[in-house]
Amino acid sequence: MLSIDGSFLDFKQLDLLALRQTPVHRLDPRAKVLTTLCFIVCVVSFDRYQISAMLPFMIYPAVLMAVGDLPFGYILRKIIIVIPFALLIGLFNPVFDRQVLMQIGSLDIWGGWISCFSILIRAILTASAAIILVAITGFPAICEALEKLKMPQTFAVQLLFLYRYIFVLTDEGVRTARARQLRTFGNRGLGIRHFGSLVGHLLLRTWERAERIHMAMLARGFTGEVHSSRRPSHFGRTEVLFMAGWITLFILLRLFNAPQFLGGLFTGTMP
Amino acid sequence: MHMADALVSPAVGGAFWAAATGTIAYCSARVRKDLDDRKVPLMGVLGAFVFAAQMINFTIPATGSSGHLGGGLLLAILLGPSAAYLTIASVLMIQALFFADGGLLALGCNIFNLGVFPAFIAYPLIYKKLVGHDPRQSRMVAASILAAVVALQFGSLGVVLQTVLSGVAALPFDTFLLLMQPIHLGIGVVEGVVTALVVSFIYQARPEILESTLQQKPLGDLPIKSLLATFLVATLLIGGVLSWFVSENPDGLEWSIAKVTGTPELPEAEHREHQRLAKIQEETALLPDYAIPTEEGEARSAATERMGTSLSGLLGGAMTLIVCSLVGVFLKRRSAAQRKEA
Amino acid sequence: MSHHIVHVKNLQHVYPDQTVALQEVSFLIHHGESVGIIGANGAGKSTLLLHLNGYLAATSGEIIIGDDTLSKETLPEIRRTVGMVFQDPEDQLFMPTVFDDVAFGPLNMGLSHEEIEARVTEALERVDAEELRNKPPYHLSGGEKKRVAIATVLSMLPEILVLDEPTNGLDPHARRQLIALLQAFHHTRIVTSHDLDMILELCDRTIVLHEGLVMADGPTMEIFGNDELLKTCRLEKPFAMQSCPVCSPGKQTSPKQPPLVAPHSSKPHDHHHDH
Repeated sequence: MLSIDGSFLDFKQLDLLALRQTPVHRLDPRAKVLTTLCFIVCVVSFDRYQISAMLPFMIYPAVLMAVGDLPFGYILRKIIIVIPFALLIGLFNPVFDRQVLMQIGSLDIWGGWISCFSILIRAILTASAAIILVAITGFPAICEALEKLKMPQTFAVQLLFLYRYIFVLTDEGVRTARARQLRTFGNRGLGIRHFGSLVGHLLLRTWERAERIHMAMLARGFTGEVHSSRRPSHFGRTEVLFMAGWITLFILLRLFNAPQFLGGLFTGTMP
Repeated sequence: MHMADALVSPAVGGAFWAAATGTIAYCSARVRKDLDDRKVPLMGVLGAFVFAAQMINFTIPATGSSGHLGGGLLLAILLGPSAAYLTIASVLMIQALFFADGGLLALGCNIFNLGVFPAFIAYPLIYKKLVGHDPRQSRMVAASILAAVVALQFGSLGVVLQTVLSGVAALPFDTFLLLMQPIHLGIGVVEGVVTALVVSFIYQARPEILESTLQQKPLGDLPIKSLLATFLVATLLIGGVLSWFVSENPDGLEWSIAKVTGTPELPEAEHREHQRLAKIQEETALLPDYAIPTEEGEARSAATERMGTSLSGLLGGAMTLIVCSLVGVFLKRRSAAQRKEA
Repeated sequence: MSHHIVHVKNLQHVYPDQTVALQEVSFLIHHGESVGIIGANGAGKSTLLLHLNGYLAATSGEIIIGDDTLSKETLPEIRRTVGMVFQDPEDQLFMPTVFDDVAFGPLNMGLSHEEIEARVTEALERVDAEELRNKPPYHLSGGEKKRVAIATVLSMLPEILVLDEPTNGLDPHARRQLIALLQAFHHTRIVTSHDLDMILELCDRTIVLHEGLVMADGPTMEIFGNDELLKTCRLEKPFAMQSCPVCSPGKQTSPKQPPLVAPHSSKPHDHHHDH
C-alpha cells in the first residue's frame, strides 16, 4: 500500500550529499544551474538517430561525480528508476520505424532501434545531470540561484516552504498509513472510501499545522512578506571559467562528432 | 503522465518553459496581492501534503490495480487557481530535481499540462460552475469527476502534442492519441471520485476551510466570458495545427499495419514516410549527422557506404565511454588523495 | 512607570461554535516575575497564551502589555515585546536554515543586515547553538530544535518570554539543559506546562486554571501544598514532592514496593521551601 517509501529515504540522502564541501560544491549555484541547463539543451537537440555523438557528453556527469565525491552506485540506482518511462515510449519506435539505416555484418538494423537507443542515452544523460545538480548544490541554493536569475520571490518562498515540510509530512503520511495497515488482517488493499477518510484526516492535520506555522510567523512580526537575508554572492573567476569551459566543450561536441573521428582514425575510413 | 527530457526537443521544451514561467510570474503577482497572508505557509504545506498523499496507494475497484491521488484539482478547490498553480508547479519541480520524474527541460511542459488545465480550466469553468454555493455530496462528486476528466484529457493531449512535435519518438500522432486518451479517461474518473471523497470529508469536518474559496470569484477580475473566448480561439488554432499534421500523414495507423503485413501499398506509404521523417528531422536537428535518403534504393547504397563510418562511429563511441570513465576514476582518486592531505 | 507588566483584565473568550474557552481571567504580572500556568487539558491555558500576543481577539475584557493596551495599532510592538515559543518547534522553524529562522523576526522589524547578523549571533550564543547556524532544521535533534526555537524569539529582544509546554517531548538531558537555560534568563517568564517538577524549579508564582477560570494564584509552594485544589483541578503534586515525607505525609510508598520516584536529592528538603 505504501509506495516510494524507500526512495524517500534516498531523497534525504540526496539532501545530505549536498552538504559536503568539495570544489564543485563551493561553486556559486548559478554557474551550476546554467551549465546544467546548457548541457540538457545540447543533449536533447541532437536528431533522433544520433547515438555516438552524444556519448562524449558523459564526461560532464563523470567529472562532477568524481570531483563532487558522489557515490556512483547511488546515482546509478536513481537513474535506473527513471529509465522505464522514456523506454516505454521509446520501444514503440522500432514498431513504427522499420526503415533500415544500418547494417552490421548481415544484420539489418532498423531506424526504430537506433532512435530507441538514442532515447535511452538521452534519458541517462539528462537524468544524471539533474540528480547531480541537486547533489552538488542543494535545493535551497538552487532556489536562491533561480531567484537571482529573476524567478519571482513568491514562488521561491513557496519552493522553500514545500521543501522544508516534505520530510515532516511524508513521515506523518507513513505513520498514518502504517497505523491503518497494522489493523488490516489479510491482504485487503485500501479501498477508495477509506482512502478518502485517511487522506482527509491527513489533510486536516496538515491544515492545522499550516495554521500553527502561521501563528508562529505572526508572533515574529510577519505581515505578509517574507524577507530574505542577503547572502554573499560570489560569482567570481572560478565560476566564469567553469561555465565558459564546459559550455564551449558542449558546443564543440554538439557540432563535431568526436567518436566518429576517433573511430575513423582506427578503422581508416574517414567521412 | 509526465513528459520526459528524453522525448522533448529544445524548441518544444523552450516554448513551454516560456509559457509555464510566464504563468508562474502572473500567478506570483496575483498571490502577492491576495490579502490572506495565511496562503504563504498553506501553499507550502499543502504541496508537501501532495507528496505524502501520493505515497499512499489505493485499490481501484473492479480492476484491482492500484492508483494514487494526482492532487491538481484538489489543490485548486482548496486554494483557488493562482495559488494552486504555484503549488503544483513547485511539486513538479521537486519531482523533476529529486526523482528525475520528467526532466528539467520538459518541466515547462509538465507544469503547463498538469497546472494550467486543472487550475484555470477544470476548476473555475467546470467544478465551480457546477457546485456553485451549494456543495451537496452528489453535486460535488459529479462536478469533480467531470472536472478531473476534462483536466486529464487536456493534460494527456498536451503530452501527445509535445512528444509528436518534438520528433524524437516515432509514435505517430493518432496512435499515441488513441493510446493516451482512453487511459486518461479512466484515470480522470478515478481522480475525480477520490478528490470528491476527500473534499466531502473536509466539508463535513471543517466546512470553513472550503468557505473562502467557495465565496471567491476564482478568476478574480478576469471576466469569464473573455476567458472562454480565448479558450475557444486556442482550441480552433490547435485544431488547425492538428489537421495540418494529420493531413500530412493520413495513413499513419494503416501504414504501420501494412508495413507489418507486407501489403503492396508499401512503397508509396514508405515514400511518404520518408518525406515526413525528413521534414521532422530538418525541423529538429541543427546539424544532422545521418542524412535520411529520399529513395529506398539510395538508402541501401548509402547505408552500405556508411557501414564503414557507422562502424567507426560505434568504435569511437566505445572508446569515448572508456575515456570518460577513466577520467572520472582518475579525478576521484586525485580528489580523495587531496582531501587526505588536507 | 508600568515597567513591562502583563495585565489581563476580565478576559473572556468564546469560540465561534459557542464553546467558552475562558470565562473570566484576570491577573497582573510584574517585570522579572517567573510565573507558571497550570491546569488540566481544556482548562484554557493555550487559549490564554494566544491572547497575550494578539493572535486571538477577546470576546470581552482587555490586555495591557507594558504601556500598551492590546489593539490593532499596538500589535507590531506587542509582538516584539512578547516573545512566544510554541509547543512544537517543527512549526516554528520554517526557514531553510537556522540562521534564516533566527533572522526572521529582526528582518520583519526592518533592521539592517549588520544588526541582524549581530542579533542572530547573540541569540544563538545565548542558547548555546552557535555551531548549528547553517544547518537546515530537519537535521536537528529535538533538544536542538527547542533551543533554536527559543533563539528565534530572543533575537527580537523581547521583555517577556511566554513558553507553551517547553519540556514536552524532550529527553532528560535536553530537559535539564532547557531548565538551566530558562533559569538564566532575566525576562519576565510565563510558562504553561504539565511538567509540574519544572514549574516547581522554575516558577515562584503559579496560576491554576480550571474550566476557563482562575482557581488560584499565588506562591508555587502554597499551590502545591493545597491537595483539595489540586484534586479539583485534575492535578497532582510534582513527583519531587510526592515521596517527600514532609510535603506529603501519609502518602509514602509502602516499604515493600520500591519507590516509583527515586529520592529527590541528597540533601533533605532542598526543593525550595522552608518548613
